[in-house]
Amino acid sequence: MITAAFEYARPGSVDEAQSLLTKYGADAKLIAGGQSLIPLMRLRLSQPTALIDIQGIPGLKEVRRDDGFVEIGALVRHVDIQRNATLRETLPLLVEMANDVGDSQVRNLGTIGGVIAHGDAAGDYNSLALMLDAEIVTNKRRHQARDFFRDIFTTALEHDEVVTAVRFPVSTGRFAYTKFRRRLYDWAIAGVAVQESGSSWRVGYVNLARTPRRGAAVERALAGGASAADAAAQSGSDIDPTGDVRATAEYKRHLAEVLTARTLQQATMAA
Amino acid sequence: MAVTSMIGARIQRREDPKLITGHGNFIDDVSLVNMAHMSVVRSPHAHARIRSIDTSRALASKGVVAVLTAADFKGVILGPLPVTNSFVADKKQVPEQFPIAAEEAVYAGEPVAVVIADDRYLADDAAQLVSVDYEPLPAVMDLEKAMEPGSPLVKSDRPDNIGWDAAFPAGDIDAAFAEADFVLKERIGQQRVFPTAMETRGCVADYVPYDNRCTLWTSTQVPHFIRLFVGGALGVPESQFRVVSHDVGGGFGAKLRPYPEEYLATAASKITERPVKWIEDRTESLQATTHGRGQIFDVEVAAKRDGTLLGLKFTQLLDIGAYHGVFSAFQVVACLLGGGCYEWKAINARSIGIFTNRMSTDPYRGAGRPEATHLVERVVDLVAREIGMDPAEVRRKNFITAFPHTNNFGLVYDSGEYEKSLDRAMANIDYPALRKRQEELRAQGRYTGIGFSTYVEICGLGPSSATAPAAGIALVESSMVRVHPAGSVTVSVGTHAHGQSHETTFAQIVADTLGVPYDSVEIRHGDTGDTPFGYGTYGSRSLAVGGMAIMASCHKVVEKAKKLAAHAFEASEEDIVVDHGRYFVRGNPGEAKALAELAFASYGAGLPEGMEHGLEAVSYFDPPNFVWPFGCHICAVEVDPETGAVSIDRYVAVDDCGNVINPMVVDGQLHGGIAQGISQALFEEVQYDDATGQMLTGTMLDYLIPTMAEMPHFELDRTVTPSPTNELGVKGIGEAGTIASSIAVINAITDALAPFGIKHVEMPARPDRLWSMIKEARA
Repeated sequence: MITAAFEYARPGSVDEAQSLLTKYGADAKLIAGGQSLIPLMRLRLSQPTALIDIQGIPGLKEVRRDDGFVEIGALVRHVDIQRNATLRETLPLLVEMANDVGDSQVRNLGTIGGVIAHGDAAGDYNSLALMLDAEIVTNKRRHQARDFFRDIFTTALEHDEVVTAVRFPVSTGRFAYTKFRRRLYDWAIAGVAVQESGSSWRVGYVNLARTPRRGAAVERALAGGASAADAAAQSGSDIDPTGDVRATAEYKRHLAEVLTARTLQQATMAA
Repeated sequence: MAVTSMIGARIQRREDPKLITGHGNFIDDVSLVNMAHMSVVRSPHAHARIRSIDTSRALASKGVVAVLTAADFKGVILGPLPVTNSFVADKKQVPEQFPIAAEEAVYAGEPVAVVIADDRYLADDAAQLVSVDYEPLPAVMDLEKAMEPGSPLVKSDRPDNIGWDAAFPAGDIDAAFAEADFVLKERIGQQRVFPTAMETRGCVADYVPYDNRCTLWTSTQVPHFIRLFVGGALGVPESQFRVVSHDVGGGFGAKLRPYPEEYLATAASKITERPVKWIEDRTESLQATTHGRGQIFDVEVAAKRDGTLLGLKFTQLLDIGAYHGVFSAFQVVACLLGGGCYEWKAINARSIGIFTNRMSTDPYRGAGRPEATHLVERVVDLVAREIGMDPAEVRRKNFITAFPHTNNFGLVYDSGEYEKSLDRAMANIDYPALRKRQEELRAQGRYTGIGFSTYVEICGLGPSSATAPAAGIALVESSMVRVHPAGSVTVSVGTHAHGQSHETTFAQIVADTLGVPYDSVEIRHGDTGDTPFGYGTYGSRSLAVGGMAIMASCHKVVEKAKKLAAHAFEASEEDIVVDHGRYFVRGNPGEAKALAELAFASYGAGLPEGMEHGLEAVSYFDPPNFVWPFGCHICAVEVDPETGAVSIDRYVAVDDCGNVINPMVVDGQLHGGIAQGISQALFEEVQYDDATGQMLTGTMLDYLIPTMAEMPHFELDRTVTPSPTNELGVKGIGEAGTIASSIAVINAITDALAPFGIKHVEMPARPDRLWSMIKEARA
């Protein structure tokens, strides 16, 4: 429960962060809120040689509306999302997700950039980014979310790449998010997000595969006029859960179907 | 005077201002000059031979003072960890446990080396560099397979894996079963759970070589017990060995024994000639602090169609772990209480203690009584279901009604009114309306259930007449009451506190008994240097035994004060009246002396002929019997049949712990106790990999301790049936909530799932488990 030794640096700019990553090499890690990294370090499952703390970099805490997009700086915290008026108008589903992230301590420190860079299939925002075709902006390029989440805790980020923002399409249609968990502060055992987008529906799955997943088959069924229950029956081909101490894979598959139907019903009833 | 009725007063805890403002003094707050830090290298294997240990890299690491293995401790720690008889005096084997593994590690988390360094970071860094060459051996994990002849052994020098096999027959069981209209069988599990105190264990040992003197600060429920054993093993006499335990952030039974690390830190202090601190981190705590429960019950019940209970047969398979816990056989008390609060013609119980390659089990809040209650309350519901009778009515039909009552095993229940608490709880939850609503909801495809738990428990350990034959000891308690010259009072006790509010409630007792202001009474505990010997705090004993020891000393003080008053008034002692701390001559209350005045006189000149100076007394109290709290809990749940998720809609409890010293403290104990039982029913389960013996629930992420958000509102009420066992009329309440609650929840869930034909549900009632059962039932 005590971390191994590490160097610590606090760059003042993204460029400086990049050069520190190069300087310290492959075992250096960026840190912002540290809500995923520090627990891993305390268990010594992660032993970075250097932590590059980007919290002092200016300009990464903004939320801006930009045509059809809303751009959220990487250092915007969960609690900022909860309180942000622009996001409430342009991306209310993200606000709903933020309300259900961890506990207040986590929400006061954890950042959206950290969630994205960590690439955890249980990170609620990752599934939202994927289902809404968001863009991940870094110091080097723009990634399409659909190409970004490669494998378990593995993203398209290169070692010296710094996430600076996430750009979501403004999404103001009907929506709902269901996060099934045993305790209020837990990650989802299974999460299902639905968002109406124009005349179609977008569906995302949290913690139901090694990576975040989009409910493509469910979306197609809905586009074809299927009922919520019939569309939900397609969820099995969108996910690939594994069993763990929380639940078996079979149960998670079943949950995905039940929750998909319920979440769609909730979204349509909320109109 | 404001001091007239502190007993029974709902006053706030004296402990709280200090604790909630961060001014507590917990084990990690202790810091000494030149203190070194210990990190423990633990076996990653459930079972492995230790071929060799290479400490050279660790020794060369920055800041390292010493790296010690079993060989280094052999001449310093002179004895093994203690094992008590508890309820099984004739165990089949009691393997000696040295605090650190030498040739063979037998559970994941067993110490194999310790690193002493200048700070904890450096100690942990160096611990990673200790290289142990292990030869993995088969892990024995399954209780029934472990009992089979030819099973792999938990430790290679043992004859088999059986720790004990004890029979507890009471009455003619064959005759009882012959009378039965039907016999039902069930297997009822008690999963392993972590006691999970908020403050993990830890200690600071300061051995001073020049006069063979040692102080050990440790987070414990039993400071005197620790001194007895750790001091003994280190060869330091009690007079030279001081154990100090300030604030303790929870124990739940897991801190009522000496642990390997206390021996190791003390020995390391002796070897390195520096104070040594060890603080257990949470992952260590989950691996290496004793676990609770870990049992399987195979039960058969014989009953009549009219609901009359006749006979009960059961076998308790108890997972001891790799070594006996110090009190591992205490949970066998489940056999003696398996009959609960009902009349039985005969009970035939058997307990088999089985070694496995896991951490030891030891008492955990309730220790055997939650298991007994879970067993018998489940059985009663099975009978009710079988004959289509309301579960409340089966209970009512079989309740013990006359007291004192000698149960099948000869234990004497002191007082009780079981039907009264059942009636009160049923009224509080509006049982008829709840049943009606259940029917309506079932018609809509919703599954609600109502679960009862009518419990009785044994606490107030314990009368020497009962404990001496079983444990070889008299579990008495002690007090020293000293009235200072200006009238303030210091009370030193042998019990300790780890959340029980003794500083408040004991002071309430003293204030009333001596007739002095509450604020003038100071309670001291937890330091063997200034408290009389006592067995510590567990088993809901502190009030019924320790509180009575305080009363006894107060009475002695009052007796002496009467003599002082008689002398002052030049009256005969028989004519002195004591009223709320005022001493006066009968018929002349206007001219009275307060206890403070008499105390002052007691230290001055002009005492009565032959009287010693001072106003103080020491007492040891040996209770004449145990005490027997009881009550009724009713839980109402709804199960989502599609996800298996359980929500608790209502939780009503009516408890009877005899007279109450402080209702707020009693309610607080019930809140925590009920929460822990609900938590076992729905959330907690220590999981090990069955093949490798690796712990799968090694962090608080994987081990589900619920939060306030998962708990229902507790609707508490009580009846008051004073105990005839002691002058205060008190019983105990520290464990009652946990003893009662797991089965109230499980019976409610089973009731909810009755339409599916489901008769029994195991703990924890995880959503995926319930969903699988519903799916199977529907198929």
